Amino acid sequence: MNEDDKPGRPEHMQTEINQRKSRGRLGRDVQNKIGQQLRAMYDGVVNDGVPDRFVDMLSKLDEQKNGDKEGSTP
Amino acid sequence: MTLAPSLKEAMLSAVPSLRAFAISLSGNIDRADDLVQETLLRAIANIDSFQPGTNMSAWMFTILRNLFRSEYRKRRREVEDTDGSYAESLKSHPEQASRLEFQEFRTALSKLPPDQREALILVGASGFSYEEAANICGCAVGTIKSRVNRARTRLADLLAIEGSEDFGPDQSTRAIMAAGGRG
Repeated sequence: MNEDDKPGRPEHMQTEINQRKSRGRLGRDVQNKIGQQLRAMYDGVVNDGVPDRFVDMLSKLDEQKNGDKEGSTP
Repeated sequence: MTLAPSLKEAMLSAVPSLRAFAISLSGNIDRADDLVQETLLRAIANIDSFQPGTNMSAWMFTILRNLFRSEYRKRRREVEDTDGSYAESLKSHPEQASRLEFQEFRTALSKLPPDQREALILVGASGFSYEEAANICGCAVGTIKSRVNRARTRLADLLAIEGSEDFGPDQSTRAIMAAGGRG
């Protein structure tokens, strides 16, 4: 007795899944969904703007460079 | 050599997206900010090799990406982050979408191989063209395309997105997308 051979299993659904897997291509709505979530994550960070630490760092480096031209070995 | 104000401006304006890229890659906000800082230092130190008129942001993405890669190679021997400590640390901005869905998405993203993840982020979130992404990653355009495709397929499998059935937003969004989906 194989469970998978149960009658009444919606055959067309099975075929759809197999087709997608074998084609290896995704529908537009799946791609949209992934893109949407990706951008939501990404834009959340972008919207933080520039943290002060980086503005300060660049200003300090500028001052240093104006002071001494040589000797910046990190 | 002093950094011209226009270059400084260009660098600072690249910072928000550099951070987003770094966080997507590393999954850790502190590490991401360190990466961005190191990127800025390298960019300033090598500003002579930046070609004026070209895309400052893309140039800095390249620096950050290479920094991350060399660091990743070193770290990989120590800790293999395969199942989700990456995603665990990504806890900012839970207000978009539903919290659970978002969490699932980040966990899935963390399971992608790094080369697929970076390709997907550069093209799908940072808004670079395939050509620009290929430049940033130092590979062929076709390679980027196939990485992005594999990344999407893998994400869809991990998230078990099967067509339109369990789709998040709502019917009207989908209807709009379908109507406008000529491109």
